[in-house]
Amino acid sequence: MSEAIDQHSDVLEEDFERDLHVERQILNMGPSHPATHGTVKFLVELDGENIADIDVQVGYLHRGFEKECEAGTWYQAIPYTDRLNYNSAVLANVGFVLAVEKLLGLEAPERCQWQRVMASELSRLGDHLTRCGAGCLELQAMTPFLYGIEARELTWDLIESLCGARVTSNYVRIGGVKHPMPDTFPAQCRDSIAKIRELLADFDEVITSNRIFVDRLKGTGVISKEDCLRYAVTGPILRSVGVPLDIRKSEPYLVYDELDFDVPVGQVGDNYDRYLVCVEEMHQSLRIVEQCLVKLEHLGSGPVNALDPRVRWPAKGRVFNQMEELIQQFKSVTEGPRVPQGEAYFPIESANGELGFYLVSDGSAVPYKVRCRPPSFINVAPMPLMLRGALLADLIPTFDFINMIGGECDR
Amino acid sequence: MQDYGSPALRRLLETLPDAIVATHADLGDATACVDPARIADVAGLLRDDPDLAFEMLTDLTAVDYLGEEPRFEVVYHFYSVARNHRVRVKARVPEDAPELPSLVALYASADWMEREVFDMYGVRFAGHPRLERILLYDGFEGHPLRKDYPKEKRQPLVGPQN
Repeated sequence: MSEAIDQHSDVLEEDFERDLHVERQILNMGPSHPATHGTVKFLVELDGENIADIDVQVGYLHRGFEKECEAGTWYQAIPYTDRLNYNSAVLANVGFVLAVEKLLGLEAPERCQWQRVMASELSRLGDHLTRCGAGCLELQAMTPFLYGIEARELTWDLIESLCGARVTSNYVRIGGVKHPMPDTFPAQCRDSIAKIRELLADFDEVITSNRIFVDRLKGTGVISKEDCLRYAVTGPILRSVGVPLDIRKSEPYLVYDELDFDVPVGQVGDNYDRYLVCVEEMHQSLRIVEQCLVKLEHLGSGPVNALDPRVRWPAKGRVFNQMEELIQQFKSVTEGPRVPQGEAYFPIESANGELGFYLVSDGSAVPYKVRCRPPSFINVAPMPLMLRGALLADLIPTFDFINMIGGECDR
Repeated sequence: MQDYGSPALRRLLETLPDAIVATHADLGDATACVDPARIADVAGLLRDDPDLAFEMLTDLTAVDYLGEEPRFEVVYHFYSVARNHRVRVKARVPEDAPELPSLVALYASADWMEREVFDMYGVRFAGHPRLERILLYDGFEGHPLRKDYPKEKRQPLVGPQN
């Protein structure tokens, strides 16, 4: 009797241990999928619920950014840079213009530099809020998303007051910025910063130690320091593995060397670390904006554009009365500056990592080559490395916290 | 040829003098123009020399100098996190044989960027594991960032293969 039971249980044990996943399944995800904020396609090879392999296919938003830039004047390229990373348009403006200024050997006035930094940091804040807010939404957490978007509305209102438009602001000019800071801006900005801090505290309270959120982020999408370096990954992903690389500190541009801020780093390199790094960077950005306000109030009103004749626009009164000024105005509008022959690469720290512009000029009023080094494109490349062997559900938070922006990735 | 005070250029000129065609440091960017066939040696030295330690190939692109010979210039930007310095390496390839060795074995970031250069300029990278178009689709004809590709040219959009 007992032998029969033993025999029977053996059979059951065998049945239990038999591998059921005999066939791998191919799953097409995207290019338009509700759980990914970006137009990208994943070709996932599934072994049960685990990802055996994944092929990331980009390019759905390719608009020929570089070709368009090489067909217009130097000024006409600036609005296109807005449309690279549309969450943080000012950062791409600043990156492109700094590269052009490097070729021209030109430095913007001090007041302008502080305004550029302030607009950059507001942009970075908006970008991180979108990343963290939308990341929560795609993990089915609606409330923090609403807090995040409310705070982003406040930053976009600030950008509108400062730059004249909410999203694609086209704010930065070669040798300057579009407007001086409005007199009412500091009060509005301080008011909004207080509200944003409250919203960030609410956001933190509702999600940072939420059990479901932590479970989905901790230990998922892990990448090692060596792989980050091999793949030239930068930004919050590189900092989440513990490398304190931030171009604002390592190669300071504009007035970042005069500012007091910290570079947060993670330890493990998983999605949760990336989330924490982004949250801390938002607080640091707010600190920088406050310092900029104090400095700009101290500097008072004055010119925000360089007086260099190659990029200076003459005063309107003179244009109407003097021949030379009229000619200069005409030349500025129709062709803009002629940039000396040469090549330059200028990297800045964007919200996603190193955003670089490599420009080649043949000495004419039209750029010969405009290369954008897109952090999104380069950060997405090691995604298969982060996901092989993981669950399909881990793809969503990993993709969210890589924060690929289609406009910048595909150009 | 001078090193312009750049440790990377100095080491390249010392170790691989026959591979370096020219150097400059215009606007502060240390640049070496190299023989395209030797690009893997140059990159290997930049990566493995402990004083240089260029762990990252940050950027890789090409420029089309239409009318000049050799026509295409492939431009590499290296960055060292440990030493916080940069170097630019350029290699010219001719129009009739636009090919140079791939750096994928040395730098994983070269994988997608080489595919993009192939996609946009038609420059081939020998030894690349999967040299296919990346931003455009498989049926696309021509390489749009070449200077002789008209900006206004339109092509029918062919659906994906799978």
